[in-house]
Amino acid sequence: MVETDVVNRIVQQFGGDRTRLLDMARAVHAELGHISEETVAALAKALDVPRVEVRDMVSFYAFFFREPHGTNVIYLCHAVVERMQGADDIARALEEATGTTFGASDPDADITLRYTSCIGLSDQAPSALVNGVPVTNLTVDDVPELVAALRGGRDITRLRQAQVGNDVRTAGQVIFAPTERGAAVRKAVTMTPDAIIEELNVARLRGRGGAGFPTAMKWKFCRQAKEDVHYVVCNADEGEPGTFKDRAILALQPNLVFGGMTVAARALGARKGILYLRAEYEYLLRDLESELDKRRHLGLLGDNICGCEGFDFDIRIQLGAGAYICGEESALIESLEGKRGAPRARPPFPVEHGYLGKPTSVNNVETLCCAARILVEGGAWFADIGTKDSTGTKLLSVSGDCTKPGVYELEYGLTVLQLLERVGAENAQAVQMGGPSGQCLARKDFARSISFEDLPTGGSVIIFGPERDLLEAMRQFTAFFAEESCGWCAPCRVGTTLLEKCLQKILDGKGTFSDLEALETLGETVKTMSRCGLGQTAANPILTTLRNFPILYADRVRSDDGVMAFDLERAKEECCSVAGRAPATGEETP
Amino acid sequence: MSAQNDTPETSGETVKLLIDGVEIPAREGQTILEAAADAGIYVPRLCYREGLPPGGHCRICTVKVNGRPTSACTFPASEGLVLENNTDELNTMRRQVVEMLFVEGNHVCPSCEASGDCELQALGYRLGMIAPQYPYQNTTRELDASHPDVMLDRNRCVLCGRCARASRELDGKSVFGFEGRGIGKRIAVNASHGLAGTDIDAADEAVAACPTGCLLVKRQANLIPVGKRTYDKTPIGTDVEA
Amino acid sequence: MAKPRLATGHFTGCFGCHMSFLDIDERILELVELVDFDKSPINDKKRFDQPVDIGIVEGGVSNDENAEILRDFRKNCKILIAMGSCAITGGVPALRNTMPLKECLEEAFLNGPTIGEGDGLIPNDPDLPVLLDKVYPCQEFVKIDYILPGCPPSADTLWAALTALLSGEEPSLPYELVKYD
Repeated sequence: MVETDVVNRIVQQFGGDRTRLLDMARAVHAELGHISEETVAALAKALDVPRVEVRDMVSFYAFFFREPHGTNVIYLCHAVVERMQGADDIARALEEATGTTFGASDPDADITLRYTSCIGLSDQAPSALVNGVPVTNLTVDDVPELVAALRGGRDITRLRQAQVGNDVRTAGQVIFAPTERGAAVRKAVTMTPDAIIEELNVARLRGRGGAGFPTAMKWKFCRQAKEDVHYVVCNADEGEPGTFKDRAILALQPNLVFGGMTVAARALGARKGILYLRAEYEYLLRDLESELDKRRHLGLLGDNICGCEGFDFDIRIQLGAGAYICGEESALIESLEGKRGAPRARPPFPVEHGYLGKPTSVNNVETLCCAARILVEGGAWFADIGTKDSTGTKLLSVSGDCTKPGVYELEYGLTVLQLLERVGAENAQAVQMGGPSGQCLARKDFARSISFEDLPTGGSVIIFGPERDLLEAMRQFTAFFAEESCGWCAPCRVGTTLLEKCLQKILDGKGTFSDLEALETLGETVKTMSRCGLGQTAANPILTTLRNFPILYADRVRSDDGVMAFDLERAKEECCSVAGRAPATGEETP
Repeated sequence: MSAQNDTPETSGETVKLLIDGVEIPAREGQTILEAAADAGIYVPRLCYREGLPPGGHCRICTVKVNGRPTSACTFPASEGLVLENNTDELNTMRRQVVEMLFVEGNHVCPSCEASGDCELQALGYRLGMIAPQYPYQNTTRELDASHPDVMLDRNRCVLCGRCARASRELDGKSVFGFEGRGIGKRIAVNASHGLAGTDIDAADEAVAACPTGCLLVKRQANLIPVGKRTYDKTPIGTDVEA
Repeated sequence: MAKPRLATGHFTGCFGCHMSFLDIDERILELVELVDFDKSPINDKKRFDQPVDIGIVEGGVSNDENAEILRDFRKNCKILIAMGSCAITGGVPALRNTMPLKECLEEAFLNGPTIGEGDGLIPNDPDLPVLLDKVYPCQEFVKIDYILPGCPPSADTLWAALTALLSGEEPSLPYELVKYD
């Protein structure tokens, strides 16, 4: 059988290592186009694990097809910003041009259409991944050419729209300043691990993913964990809708990222590093691998780095397969181990018990870049930038209703209003700070400052102009969390769906004031009872708008007269059609 | 096996915890849930089962540890922890999670063989659920009656994973696992076509571990009359508090 | 002083809750001293004469007639009580909710084992209520003030709740009297 041969060959390529199951599944998927139940069985047999374990993994990731599909796959990004910029029109044009609908394939099995959540191109929306190739700034007029190119088997990378702009609107001193390859590593080999950690401590560097944990402390805990092996992991799984700053870093400053990982390796005593790259960024893989090769060639990776006896370190890149939750560090580690990306119970924390049970420091792309720069320029230099509790610069991914969307590197402490002026969005109605998991700010908040002490953010800034239906955007955010919930715990798995449906009911004009109360109570329960950050923040779009935009909700609900708004006519439709009765009058059709 | 299923290491040293203002002893590293149970204090729970590694799925055992909510079944005891357990705030939220589970699945108590012995139902009684306040989701869930002795009705599954853990840890098999994610997550079996293709046995711990009527031994239903079933007269948790 | 007025109604269910109500046995004599019955299957009275103090409904909502009568109950009852699993959750009739109505009707009226080849007909008489796509709990249509779970709720449960309400107290039921089955 073909499946068995392919599977056995691929399993052998990875040395039959169960922990590389995600890579194996990706390779099998690339070759066979989908992962059937037979393939699952073959993988299980080759690895000598129960098939239910393999199915558990492959059924989790959004980019694995379990059934045959079209030769070409178009993943149209359907996140909030993209829909604001016309993704729905593109969707209709695609359906028309291909003769199929989203979720299905055309009759000749040439093209499959799928929606996907944010692919990190919100500054160039609407956008799509076509056979993994990013196409950006799509217009309805581009669609026929795109579909014709696919049908004609032409190279779509040559299409005008197949390009990613990485213009940085504002380059700061830390991330996008000019870099000399290897500078940080050469500095690191002259320092003791403790001195490196102390330098970060002086810099008061905090994690850039949003939570803001002091990096020096994380590295110290990880270094102190008594184990023979330690791991450095770079989290390049930026999935927060509206975030694309890591894309720009990975494209423009990869040497700073790998430099930071190598510095971390020196500090932790790690010999292996892994960069977890979200599947949506697969197109960056080739350049990243070539950067790694260059570094190996220059002695910046490999054995005895920079001539430092015993400093051996290398990096591999692990591609994901479509799961927002893998941005959570313990879920990312599970995924690295070839399992479904379900967060782990904590404690124990990854710095003690991480990848393969060993102490692991998982750091954001931007954090590692900061670390590399700090080694070169000094902790005191870094601490001088920004505010007392938020040192350095922050990369912001700005999208939505503004004239200048893109990546901005700005000093911490900037107010929201200053940011809005800079990006051309003075008339904003609301700002989603930190993406859906952050908070939705009203005008009254625009004097607040972007910093850990006031408005922490992972970097996503989505701007809503005065005409936008803000609550509909919140519903889409909530639906996103429901879609991305891993399902491990009940309050998140069920609660996110209930939140979305309750808000939908209100937006449909069927809610009452008691539904608003119920919505808030449900949101607080999901926030308190959920197991990980996803569930704990999934109600934020609703909870923060209930607080900051109460009038928008009050305008959408009806008074409570004891009779619910129930769409009786819709509920009667099926019976009327099956029994051949006219719905409006209840009379027989002739 | 996943790392999150490891039982925390216990050092064996005795520490003191404060739970709802009452000081109790615990072995360091023992879970809060078990330490409380040893002291006769019941923390409501569903996906926990004695003798199995904790799962942390249902979150009904959520307590506040020094003010932060976390699951008692996974959190290790250490000296001086201050815990909130039996509070109105937590019990209300626990009840809401129970209600979520009721509307997520298709739980029809009047026609269920496990009624009266069902832990989900018993938690509803204990936590004061009269009826779920959320709309029923009416999701389609597969019924698997392929096996001669064991029935798997996913309509009644709460995704607690107890069957999967029991099969792996106690039966030395891997009959059950999960598939899918989010609200589409389901319990899966280790065969291509149903339970009949697995090596499950009606006497397996995996079957006994099911807290609801999702996994049932065939031809054993309704043997105990109403009034004599486990939770007819005695609330769940009474045994812990005894 | 006029006695409080009581009405009861029945939608999609088995009438078991009303049967259980009659299981209060000799206490029914006490009840007629306490209340005046308005619309109810117990006295076979089909319409409300006037608004009542307490309405008790049994059964879920599976067709347009159920919906209409339930709304009528809400309009006419100061306090509305949903009694039994079907009223509260849809109950056993709601087992059909996980399959399309079309399949249910075809199985019942076209393809069932007792229907001869070509003899089937899905009823379409205009006098018949129109089925809804699903069986809904009462609270999806109207606000319900009190819920009495059980399949059926026992006579003691019904009696305890009703007498509490009639004496102006909040019904508070002991553990043994709250059951979903």
